[in-house]
Amino acid sequence: MIKKSSNHINQNEGTIFERSRPGKLGYHLPALDVPAETALDAALLRDDDLAGLPEVSEVDVIRHFTRISTWNYAVDYGMYPLGSCTMKYNPKLNERVSRFDGFAASHPYLPDDLAQGNLELLKRLEDSLAEITGLPGVSLQPAAGAQGEMTGLMVIRACLEARGNARKVVLIPDSAHGTNPASAAVCGYQVKTIKSTAEGAVDLEALRAAANDDVAALMLTNPSTLGLFEENIEEVCKILHDAGGLVYMDGANMNALVGVTRPGDMGVDVIHLNLHKTFSTPHGGGGPGAGPIAVTAELEPFLPVPRVVFDGGQYKLDFNRPQSVGRVRAYHGNYSVLVRALCYIMTLGAEGLREATETAVLNANYIAHHLKDVYELGVAGKAMHEVIFNDKRQQKNGVHTLDIAKRLIDYGFHPMTIYFPLVVPGAMMIEPTESEGRDELDVFIDAMKSIAREAEENPELVKTAPHNTRIGRLDEAAAARKPVLRWKPASQAASV
Amino acid sequence: MLREMGRESVADLFTGIPDKLQLKRPLDLPAGLSEPETLDFFRALAERNSTRVTGERMTSFLGAGAYDHFIPTIIDTLISRSEFYTSYTPYQPEISQGTLQAIFEYQTMICELTGMDVSNASLYDGSTATAEAVLMAERVTGRSKVALAGNLHPEYRQVVDTYIRNAGIEEITLPYDETTGALKPESLAELGKDVGAVIVQSPNFFGGVEALKQLADATHKAGALFVVVVAEAMSLGLLQAPGKAGADIVCGEAQSFGIPISFGGSYCGFFACTEKLQRQIPGRLVGQAFDHDGRPGYVLTLATREQHIRREKATSNICTNQGLYALMATVYLSTMGRRGVREAAEHNLQKSHYAAKQIAAINGFRLKFSSPFFNEFVVSCPKPAAEVLAKLQSKKIIGGLALERFFPEMTNEVLVCVTETTAKEQIDSLIAELKAV
Repeated sequence: MIKKSSNHINQNEGTIFERSRPGKLGYHLPALDVPAETALDAALLRDDDLAGLPEVSEVDVIRHFTRISTWNYAVDYGMYPLGSCTMKYNPKLNERVSRFDGFAASHPYLPDDLAQGNLELLKRLEDSLAEITGLPGVSLQPAAGAQGEMTGLMVIRACLEARGNARKVVLIPDSAHGTNPASAAVCGYQVKTIKSTAEGAVDLEALRAAANDDVAALMLTNPSTLGLFEENIEEVCKILHDAGGLVYMDGANMNALVGVTRPGDMGVDVIHLNLHKTFSTPHGGGGPGAGPIAVTAELEPFLPVPRVVFDGGQYKLDFNRPQSVGRVRAYHGNYSVLVRALCYIMTLGAEGLREATETAVLNANYIAHHLKDVYELGVAGKAMHEVIFNDKRQQKNGVHTLDIAKRLIDYGFHPMTIYFPLVVPGAMMIEPTESEGRDELDVFIDAMKSIAREAEENPELVKTAPHNTRIGRLDEAAAARKPVLRWKPASQAASV
Repeated sequence: MLREMGRESVADLFTGIPDKLQLKRPLDLPAGLSEPETLDFFRALAERNSTRVTGERMTSFLGAGAYDHFIPTIIDTLISRSEFYTSYTPYQPEISQGTLQAIFEYQTMICELTGMDVSNASLYDGSTATAEAVLMAERVTGRSKVALAGNLHPEYRQVVDTYIRNAGIEEITLPYDETTGALKPESLAELGKDVGAVIVQSPNFFGGVEALKQLADATHKAGALFVVVVAEAMSLGLLQAPGKAGADIVCGEAQSFGIPISFGGSYCGFFACTEKLQRQIPGRLVGQAFDHDGRPGYVLTLATREQHIRREKATSNICTNQGLYALMATVYLSTMGRRGVREAAEHNLQKSHYAAKQIAAINGFRLKFSSPFFNEFVVSCPKPAAEVLAKLQSKKIIGGLALERFFPEMTNEVLVCVTETTAKEQIDSLIAELKAV
């Protein structure tokens, strides 16, 4: 029985530009209180009078964006089981706190003595993340996970240079996120792909063979993108360290470990954290996130500048770090995200953080338990915070992963992550997070079972899903062949 | 749940983690706070920052890439809708049309403002957008050198330095004219054939408007790409679109469009280029598409440039960008619209010039540079800037940014910013206090 469906109001709404009418206003500025005596040279001024921006009323703006917002699915609607993306609940308290005037209206160049609150907040968050990861040096500057990866590799490179040889190669398992090899390339490293074992773990023999004195680092996601803890992590770290390399851990899945185990204790040298995954800050439809890195004491001198220091009386920014890799972003990173993350840590506390981890792992295992007879598990092993199935059993009816994902929309859920990791053909990666209670999990399990039945009895229904959305599957190939990347008035669009 | 699964305890779920690696103690963090305690804690922290309304209640003339502009109330109303801020990157277009259409509108507005053909869906901020422009120019031209304006925002420059250190790209600095503070187009005449891009900021870090047309022509003569960085996007309300001057790439910071100043982040980097270069652009792009019934919608497109497909051969490693903040800018530009952006920009121009004129008339003070400016200018003080600013601070005024931190020779110089949010009385009290210095 379908317990949930996604019908909602589907308003018609064009673009904001089509609402534009000459003379409409949506703002009210104070009158100019100084004499208007200045005129710049006409050659420097716009000659289009900003004709491309709309002229609309406040109500137009509210209606327009409210209507199009209803076309989105959201965590606040229901379970958003995107594996590896960690779509957990975004506490409203964090939102409120991040908007306090003292944070939101403070300028990045405030003298240190006028920004003590901000600096203390940064230091507290650094200290908390150091304790959680077991790695003492933390930089909050990276603006997202991928930038954290890049920064972490730069720190590794700088350390190896200081040791005498930057080396050439970064080893990356074939199950890694695409950002890993892309980040390594930005840092001037060649990427060498390491095969995983059938269980999705690092193949120790292959690693030993590859770990020579050209290797700067191994980039390892733990738990892996298959959702499994790397049981040999200590041995993995030892192999790298014995060969003179360092270990970079992609912390995208840190939400399976917080309070239970610490990367620093495993022998990891650098980790990045996605505050928008593990620490509950909102994804915002694709950012902003934040990607702090935590490193060992040996690597700390290489972290980006400035560093926040406390001299016993005052918090200060320290720019005098001669070994630093430099800056990776202007000012202090995505500060408004950092405020939310500290708020999350402080409201949960030590116990709450561990409980969140335990619940996330429990939820994933509960789904695995109830669906393993219906869908084939993509990988054997002890699932942590996410579980992977594949479409082998449904394929005989012509139903594929994509179809199952799209059909899930009709049941009122966001699809799971599909076709990732690449090492599992037809992967469906489900991550419920700790935010879901048992009732929602049961509804989801029902929906997945129902889709499996449909795949047997009425495969066409699944293959043509979704049926309840405002629009159907879009032709992405045609869109890429002749890209239309901006709106144009009908008169201009026709002439193109 | 555990019983149903045939497990005895939660610990059973973690047997995949070797016992010796399991943390046997609670994390050394404070116990969780209740909601009222949390609010009190963060309120107290926030109060220890001095803004217009907290701490020492300061009047501020700080700019330098982070600008205090009026923010219409409805921006926060709209971005606080769960559908926008609690959704993911729009990989499933059927249930992400709200985000996708908003980005499509954002891309259109950025194209209009910059005068370019194609805009991406946003990058982290102005500094990283500049670094991405440098990397893109190298990809497009295959040339290994990049020429950066000496009056580029120093923190943008530092970010570029970091990004290219391992990319095999060499930097050249284009000196600015000591009198005007702006670049000299004739200095580009000697650009070598190995220079792939010229990176110019306008208004430059000192607030001056650059002669973009002449600089573009000189750059193109050398076969390089002309990249214009705009750190103060409000200036585009008044100043000629860089695309009209011949820019190949226009990038920068959209914080001025309705995004809180928030200690420097989160912001919204924008990035636009010509159609010719569109397949080399970094970051996400949203394009129009149709479903099987011919209904129009939007999708992420040209993904073959990106890391999740191309891995180490991608045009950038960027994944998450600044979706919600691009939405803020879109709502801002819709609400203020054609006339509001223009009016706000005009107020910036008039108020900053009113302030500059008064300051220049004070004995011992003068404007350091002669270029036309938008809302920022450099003041040379008769005493060390630190001394002057400390005196002002005791009167609850942050007089601007002492430039010595970036330009050691500028011991007496202060970068002063005046926006539409600065009232005439505040400018007048700055003048009065400067007279007393």
